[in-house]
Amino acid sequence: MIRYAYIIPLLPLASFFINLAVGKRLPRKGDWLSLATILAGLVMSIGIFLEVFGAYDPNFKYHVVTPWLTVGDRFTLNVGVLVDNVTAVMLLVVTGVSTLVHLFSIGYMHGDPRYNRFFAYLSIFSFSMLGLVLAESFFFIYVFWELVGLSSYLLIGFWFEKKSAADACKKAFIANRVGDFGFLIGTLIIFATCGGVLGYDQVFQAIGEGKLSGTLLTIAGIGIFCGAIGKSAQFPLHVWLPDAMEGPTPVSALIHAATMVAAGVYLVGRVYPIFTPDAFLFIAYIGFITLFIAATIALTQNDIKKVLAYSTISQLGFMIMGLGVGGFTAGLAHLTTHAAFKACLFLGSGSIIHAVHSQDLREMGALRKKMPITFVTFLIATLAIAGVPGFSGFFSKDMILAAALEFGMRNPQHYILFFGALFTAGMTAFYMFRLVIMAFFGEAKDHHKYDHAHESPPNMWVPLVVLAILSFSFWFKSPFVEKGWFQTLITKPATVANIAKAPAVPASMEHAAVMAPATEAGSAASHGTSAPAGTPQEARPVVHGESQEGASHGEPATAGAHAGAAEHDAHIAHTAHAYAMYSSVAIGTLGIFLAFVVYSFGWIDPARVANSVKPLYNFLLNKWYFDELYDKTVIGGSISFAKFLAWFDLTVVDGLVNLVAQLGVFASFLVGKFDNYVVDGAVNGLASATIGSGSVLRRLQTGKLYHYVFVLAGGALVIFLIKAF
Amino acid sequence: MTLDKLLIIAAALFCCGLYTVMTRRSAVAVLMGVELILNATNINFVAFSFFLARVMGGQIFAVFVIVLAAAEAAVALAIFLRMFATTGTVEVDAADEMKG
Repeated sequence: MIRYAYIIPLLPLASFFINLAVGKRLPRKGDWLSLATILAGLVMSIGIFLEVFGAYDPNFKYHVVTPWLTVGDRFTLNVGVLVDNVTAVMLLVVTGVSTLVHLFSIGYMHGDPRYNRFFAYLSIFSFSMLGLVLAESFFFIYVFWELVGLSSYLLIGFWFEKKSAADACKKAFIANRVGDFGFLIGTLIIFATCGGVLGYDQVFQAIGEGKLSGTLLTIAGIGIFCGAIGKSAQFPLHVWLPDAMEGPTPVSALIHAATMVAAGVYLVGRVYPIFTPDAFLFIAYIGFITLFIAATIALTQNDIKKVLAYSTISQLGFMIMGLGVGGFTAGLAHLTTHAAFKACLFLGSGSIIHAVHSQDLREMGALRKKMPITFVTFLIATLAIAGVPGFSGFFSKDMILAAALEFGMRNPQHYILFFGALFTAGMTAFYMFRLVIMAFFGEAKDHHKYDHAHESPPNMWVPLVVLAILSFSFWFKSPFVEKGWFQTLITKPATVANIAKAPAVPASMEHAAVMAPATEAGSAASHGTSAPAGTPQEARPVVHGESQEGASHGEPATAGAHAGAAEHDAHIAHTAHAYAMYSSVAIGTLGIFLAFVVYSFGWIDPARVANSVKPLYNFLLNKWYFDELYDKTVIGGSISFAKFLAWFDLTVVDGLVNLVAQLGVFASFLVGKFDNYVVDGAVNGLASATIGSGSVLRRLQTGKLYHYVFVLAGGALVIFLIKAF
Repeated sequence: MTLDKLLIIAAALFCCGLYTVMTRRSAVAVLMGVELILNATNINFVAFSFFLARVMGGQIFAVFVIVLAAAEAAVALAIFLRMFATTGTVEVDAADEMKG
C-alpha cells in the first residue's frame, strides 16, 4: 500500500478538475466525487498507517525519489514521496478530518448556488495538504505550502458577495505571504549554502557536514519558522485567522482548525533537525506569546466562532512552544489530538449555527435539550481541549507542559514558559466552559431562535460523533502503560545543527551552568579517549532533550559519561512530567469550576467583573488592538508610502518625462525652423532662380525668324573673325 | 576667270540670300533667300573643286545640294500650306506661338 502513497493526493486533484469543469452537470452536483476520492484517500491512509504501525519502528522510513528537473550537472530537482511515522499519522489526520468535513458539508452547504465549486475547492485543498504532508524536499513543501494558502484564500472568500468575507480572504492571503517570504528566504539560504540540494535528507546531511552553521543556520531556521508563523497564525501574524471565520463553518473546521494551520507545526517538526538552540528559543517564545495573547482574547469574545478561532491560535501556540522547548513528540501529539477535538468543536458550532442561524453566544442558551447529540459531542471535545484526564487533550497538553517544565528546570531563566502556559491552560478550560455554558446551559435567551432550533440531520451529526470518539485519550495511550504507541513511534530526530562551529555558544553556557557535573564528566571522557568532536555534538540533545534520547544519540566514545547524564535526564523528565500532570489537572479543574461559578451558578456577575476592570476588558475585547495597530502602522504606513510613491511618480518621474517631452518639442521647433528656412529656402531659391533666369532668357526666344537668322549670321561672323585673326 | 572672282560672286550671292532671309516677312521670300544661300555654297563647291582638287567631288556635292534644295522646297511649301490653313497668312512673324 505504501508504494502507492503518491496516488492519495492525486485523487482529489482529479476530482477538483472534474468538479470545476463539469460539476454542475453531474448528479448531485458532484459532491459524491469529492467525497469518494477523499474517502479512497482515507482508506489508503489507513492501509499505510497499519503498515507503518505493523512495523512499529521509530525509525521507519519509506523514501522514493526520481529526478524531475536537471539543470546542467550542478542541480537536480527530485520529486518523491517520504513516508515515515509522522507522515503516516498526518495522512490519517488530514484524510480523516477531510472526509468527515466533506460529509458534514453535504448537509451544511445544501442549496448553496456554488455547491459544486465548494466541493471542487475542498478537493484542491485536500490535494495540496496531502502533497504537503508527503513532500520530501523543501522545494515541494513550499509549492504545496502556497497551494494550501491559495485554497484557504478561495474557501475563506467563498461567499465573496459579503464584503467582510472578501476582505478576510485578502487579509489571510497577505498575512500568509509575509510569513511565506521568510520561508522562502530560509529555503534560499539552505539552497545557496548546502550545494544546491533541497531534499530533507540531503540538506540534513549537508548541514551535518558543517556546510551551514552558526548564525546563518539560526537565521535559516527562523526564516523557515516564519512560514509557520504565517500559516499557523502565530504572533505577530495571527490576525488573519479570526477573520478567516467568515468562510463556511466546515472550512473553518477543516482548514482553519484541524489541518492547514497545523501545517506550520508539521513544517517545524519536519525540519526539526536544522534548528539551532537560538532558533528553538525563538520558536518557544513566539509560541508562548501566541498562546497567552490568544487565550486572553478568547475570554471576552461573544461570537462562537471567534472564541474557537482564538482557542485554535492558542492551541497552535501550545504546539509551537512544545516544539520549541524540545518536546517534539508533545507538539505533534497535540497537533493530532487537536485536529480531532477542534474539528469536532467547529463542526459542532456549525451545527449550532445551522440550527439557530446566529453566531452570537448571547442569543443562545439551553440548547442541550434541543440538540442532544451536538451537546454531548461538543462537551466531550471541550473536556478534551480543557485537558481533563481521560481525554486526548490531557494526553498531549500534559506532554507539552512537561516539556516546558523540563526546559525550565534545565534553564531556570525560562521558567516563565511553563508557568505562563500552565496559567493559559487554566484560561483555556475557563473560556471553553464559558462557551459551553452560554450555548447549552441556562435559560434560552432568544426564544424565537430557541423554538426554531433543531438537531442536525445524520450526515452532520455522524462526523461529530466520530470526532468525539476520537477525542478520548485511549486512542493514543492506554492508561495502563507508561508510553503509548504515539510516544514510541514519533520520536525526536537527532539534530544536525553543529553548534561547535558557531561563534557564540550560549546553549553550552546554559548547559554548563545548569548541569555542571554531567558536562564535566562528558568532556573529561571525550578528552581522555581523544574524541574531540564529542562535546559539541552532545551539547544540544542534553539541553533540549527529551530524556529518552539523551543516551541513544551520544557518541560511542562518551557513552559512559552519557549514561550518567541520561540518568539525570530521565530523573528531570520524570519529575517534570509528574509535576506538570498534577498542576495541569489542578488548574484545569480550577478553570472549569470558575466558569461554572461565573456563568452557571451566578455567584460572580461577569458584567460587574468586566466593569471593575473596564480598561483591561476593553483591551481584551478589542483583541489587544492588534488590528488597529496594524491598521495604523503597517497598513497606514503602506498607504502613506504608496501616496508618497504616487506623488513621486506624478512630480519627479512625470516631471522628467514632461521635461524630456518639452525638450523634444523645442528641438523639433528648431529643426522645423531649419527645415522651413534653410532647406526649403534652398529648394525655393533654386526654383525662383530658375524662374528668374527663365524669365530673362525667354526674351531671347522672340519667335521672329529674322532675329534668329541675325544671331546665326552674327555668330558665324564672330567665329570667322576669331579664326581670321 | 579665277577662283577669287568666283568666291566673291558666291559671297555676294550669299549676302543677298542672307539679306533676303533677314528682311523679308513672307515665308516664300525667305525660302527664296535660302535658295540663294544654297546656290552660293554650290558655287563655292564647284569653284574649289575645279581649281584646287581637280576631282569631281565638288560637282557631285553640288548636284546633291540642288536635289536637297528641291526636297527642302517641297517640304517647306507643304509647311507653308499648313501654316496658311491654321493662321490665314504665310508671314513668318505670325508663327511666333512658341516664343518665350
